[in-house]
Amino acid sequence: MVMVRLESISKSFAGKDGPVSALDRIDLSIAKGEIFGIIGSSGAGKSTLVRLINLLERPTGGEVFVAGERVTDARGERLRELRRSIGMVFQHFNLLSARTVARNVAYPLELTGRYGKDEITEKVARLLARVGLSEHAHKYPRELSGGQKQRVGIARALACEPQVLLCDEATSALDPQTTGAVLDLLRQINRDLGVTIVLITHEMDVIRRTCDRVAVIDRGRVVEQGPVTDVFLHPRHPATLRLVREAEPDGGSLEAISASELGSSTVRLTFTGPNAHRPILGRIARENVVDYAILAGRVGHIREAPYAQFIVSLSGRDIAGAIAGLRASGVDVELQGGPQTEQTAVTSPRVGERALHVV
Amino acid sequence: MSFENIYWGDIAAALGQTLAMVGGALLLTIVVGLPLGILLFLTGRQQLFQAPVAYGSLSFVLNIIRSVPFIILLIVLMPVTVLVTGTSLGIRGVIFPLVVGTSPFFARLVETALREVDRGIIEASLAMGASTSQTILRAVLPEALPSLFAAVTVTAIVLVDYTAMSGAIGGGGLGDLAIRYGYHRFQTEIMLVCVAILIVFVQLIQAGGNRLVTHFSCR
Repeated sequence: MVMVRLESISKSFAGKDGPVSALDRIDLSIAKGEIFGIIGSSGAGKSTLVRLINLLERPTGGEVFVAGERVTDARGERLRELRRSIGMVFQHFNLLSARTVARNVAYPLELTGRYGKDEITEKVARLLARVGLSEHAHKYPRELSGGQKQRVGIARALACEPQVLLCDEATSALDPQTTGAVLDLLRQINRDLGVTIVLITHEMDVIRRTCDRVAVIDRGRVVEQGPVTDVFLHPRHPATLRLVREAEPDGGSLEAISASELGSSTVRLTFTGPNAHRPILGRIARENVVDYAILAGRVGHIREAPYAQFIVSLSGRDIAGAIAGLRASGVDVELQGGPQTEQTAVTSPRVGERALHVV
Repeated sequence: MSFENIYWGDIAAALGQTLAMVGGALLLTIVVGLPLGILLFLTGRQQLFQAPVAYGSLSFVLNIIRSVPFIILLIVLMPVTVLVTGTSLGIRGVIFPLVVGTSPFFARLVETALREVDRGIIEASLAMGASTSQTILRAVLPEALPSLFAAVTVTAIVLVDYTAMSGAIGGGGLGDLAIRYGYHRFQTEIMLVCVAILIVFVQLIQAGGNRLVTHFSCR
């Protein structure tokens, strides 16, 4: 079932010399219960995009559907009701500094006017227990660490039992360790409550660890989308490549290797799932009497699933046999194009670039 | 100069009048100025009810009032004062012009205080399904409380200043006493006593205001 659907959404802002387009005909479909990532560099329009879902921003064109209902022009009580069904977590937490932790979490409940005092107290206690802040209930936000503040933000966003949770750069103001803990909490909430999560970030690492599917936004357009495994391991668009490379320790590039070294026997091998832990490459090399040099590689996890990806130069007797053997073992093999002449490098720089990168 | 023939009774009465004028006018200034300040805030650029024409008009009127020196405003307003309160004399006759004089000033301070509230907090409140009035009453005003107390403090001190002037046109109070005895009758000691009391009074207002600001600062 589709939880959030954006149909040909455009958004432009009034600028000095006429309207400036921020988003251009965006189509997105987010399934119920999934963690959907939206990634892009700053200024790509992802913050605007997420604000269109709860209509903090109004689209200049297109339609927004939430839970199958067209909400594009919802106003008044209907709009407030919609927003109650969509929790939102912010980069800078946006907690009320004049309220204690417990009263921050109580805030959205008070707004509805539907709950008695005791009911609110009880709900708040349960929410704080969920995010592990029970003992901080009576502190003020200024007394909390960044990670704790964001936990308050998450508890507050969950108070009205939303169907969707929007996270706008929720971990960008946190240190790496805290980021991990907050992402774990979000995944746990997604598992336990079945809340659909839309996660905006500029860090591919956050997507890799948390999301089921991802859309890449570049200059106001969706340039690539799909399961995280596909987009992360086989990025196609230059913007995606750039974002994936940023997440690699050495930039994941093979720039040091000249194009001529990448012979026709240079292949990109991707091992996913259990294959990532099996000694496939060595066995195939032995069986087909080939040698291999690993030119670049990366190993890690996408959510819990391990992956390994190498660019390997093969030499020896039966290269074709080795490639066939690898494929038969379930390894994804991509030929990295032959040695390039000056001309191809000039006329199709993207092909050239792809051949040079692991990602 | 001798402090023996000071009319302590008169001074006490004048102090009472000053307190009544400052207190009454302050209360009414808050009642009038706070909504005006909220209106300025809401209709301002890039705010919740952005309305350039409404903002511009209100701003213009408030600026006109603020441009008129208070002593002139007192005189100009006299007919209106008589219409509203029945007299232009005494405490009753002076509170109306005091409120007219300080409300625009207070409204500006309120506008500034509310603008200082983090926009993210307003956005978060709206995202949680709050209406605009809920956002103002439950999020923006509580967040701005320290600045609002600071604004009230400054306004109270301005009011002390203005009551002295209003004394000149028959309002009574310490300022009036200081002018009548100290200036017109060359009894410098009475003027000094009045001034000393005013200094203490202003210090107390400032100290009290500071305490409130600190107490409500949660940041």
